Amino acid sequence: MAHDASLSPNGVPEVEHPLRQLWASFSENKGAVFGLFILCGVAFLAIFADFLAPHGPLEQFRDAVRAPPVWEEGGSWRFILGTDGLGRDMLSRLMYGARVSLFIGLVVMAVSFVVGVLLGLVAAFSSPMVDTIISRSMDLIMAVPGLVLAILIVAVLGPSLTNTVVAVTVVFLPRYVRLVRASAMAELSKDYVIAAKVIGVKKLRLMFSTVLPNCLAPLIVQSALGVSEAILEAAALGFLGLGAQPPVPEWGAMLADAREFIRSDPWIVTLPGLAILITVISINLMGDGLRDALDPKMRRS
Amino acid sequence: MLIHFLKRLALTIPTFFALMFITFIAIRLVPGDPVEVRVGERGISPERLAQFRAELGLDQPVWKQFLDYVWGILHGDFGKSLVTNEKVMTEFFTLFPATIELSFAAMMFATIIGIPAGAIAAVKRGSRFDQTLMGLSVAGFSMPIFWWGLLLIMLVAERLHLTPVSGRIDLIKFYFEPVTGFMLIDALLSDQKGAFKDALHHLILPMIVLGTVPLAVIARMTRSSMLEVLSEDYVRTARAKGLSPARVIGLHALRNALIPVVTVIGLSVGSLMAGAVLTETIFSWPGVGKWLIEAIGRRDYPALQGGVMLISAIVILVNLGVDVLYGVINPRIRHGA
Repeated sequence: MAHDASLSPNGVPEVEHPLRQLWASFSENKGAVFGLFILCGVAFLAIFADFLAPHGPLEQFRDAVRAPPVWEEGGSWRFILGTDGLGRDMLSRLMYGARVSLFIGLVVMAVSFVVGVLLGLVAAFSSPMVDTIISRSMDLIMAVPGLVLAILIVAVLGPSLTNTVVAVTVVFLPRYVRLVRASAMAELSKDYVIAAKVIGVKKLRLMFSTVLPNCLAPLIVQSALGVSEAILEAAALGFLGLGAQPPVPEWGAMLADAREFIRSDPWIVTLPGLAILITVISINLMGDGLRDALDPKMRRS
Repeated sequence: MLIHFLKRLALTIPTFFALMFITFIAIRLVPGDPVEVRVGERGISPERLAQFRAELGLDQPVWKQFLDYVWGILHGDFGKSLVTNEKVMTEFFTLFPATIELSFAAMMFATIIGIPAGAIAAVKRGSRFDQTLMGLSVAGFSMPIFWWGLLLIMLVAERLHLTPVSGRIDLIKFYFEPVTGFMLIDALLSDQKGAFKDALHHLILPMIVLGTVPLAVIARMTRSSMLEVLSEDYVRTARAKGLSPARVIGLHALRNALIPVVTVIGLSVGSLMAGAVLTETIFSWPGVGKWLIEAIGRRDYPALQGGVMLISAIVILVNLGVDVLYGVINPRIRHGA
């Protein structure tokens, strides 16, 4: 594992086609490939929602309120998955909802990745004082149950899409910090790091180009699985009325609106949740495959 | 052992103080004046307003307010709810048994199904059962439980009429004074015919919903831990001695495989509380989770503040307890630490 990245010409460890190697072991896992495939589909729908969606996500069809989906009696091809309580096309809302959910998942992942790497490396490389402050703060965040903390943050900042992202990021940040700190600490005592120090490699370079690349494998896995958890958490906030606010077509908020139709119009309730479930499953399957491929040591089944 | 425990306990003290500080600051950051919530839309005379502010301690400097807040908490006083004017502590612990009952039932459900299922899957590795179970566990792990709850209400309660839609018991048919706060026990104690059965019916769906994610985690954990143990030398020795497969698996392997599983169960209190917030909201289950969400809706900040504090304190203490117990079971941890 311990390639000295700082010695290779462009910062990339000199292994034969690392990406191809990764793909080879990733594609051994059929579930993971399936997950990746579904996820690409969801991402495609999200990115091209403007062209693919048959209607606008906010457009209300007063003549077709709560129209059933096409396979049910009275359904038509005009609204393939039916319409909701305000006559908005479900399919279009779900497509735009994919955009919202994936956006939340990716932003949360990106921010906690960057901040987590920074804080984790600083904790590992700084004085025990700084390390203690960072580590204890992260322990504190982890002591409060995730959703409860997110609820507190949103209650203070006010419910909105942006604040959902902030709340979920704060909740998931400690995992990244701890992971980076722990793996950086483990690397620090290895010979190649000591060698680099002896040569006189500067601290910043030591942190980011010597040690960091060797901590990346578990971090990438955590990030992949973190996206799905962030999507679930954000949807839960949306469902509680503390996330994205109507009329934003967010899957959790759509479910909250749908509660009154539980008796009469099951599709309004079923579809948004199914969208969440499919997206989260596909990310989790992919993450599992990524874990097996990146780090055989972590393989646990 | 005692010293180890006290050391760990002492380490949680700064956490509690930091938690108090954060909840205090958080509530001060909320836009709007807490007095307004109390007073309502109509407004009152300046004298009454000043009196209210004095009552809530809002006329004091902020550092004094914080000290009063900490002092109060140390004496078990989390302030009063702005809406009901009831002590937050009293409200919390009146509702808390409902949350414990639900969480306990969910954990029982997850354990009773999860451990045997995971163990069988490990023994029959690669079989159709194993593959199905692992597939289901990914689905369970990925489940948005708020949707799962609605789905079950739709199918089981509304379509098939097998269970009630919400609540803990049919309040029209049964009424009795709460003794323990646990509906199942109170129903038994009440001697009313059918009360226990009715309470049990109310519990089934929320229990399944809250238990789904732990079930998936436990089944997966048991399977992987069992697979590891099954390849150990002592299991091979037991087999070589000619012990029956049931004895080898049940007595030698499973007992050892369960150590990490039990730890995971113990440490899942936090996620269980988070799940309870959603489950209670869906099923109108009168526990602390639903109360917390309602407190936000009513802008009842002392309740929110106290609720977050109390839930976190309970989770921290339970996790500490699990850690210590784990040290008792497994001396390697104790001496390593």
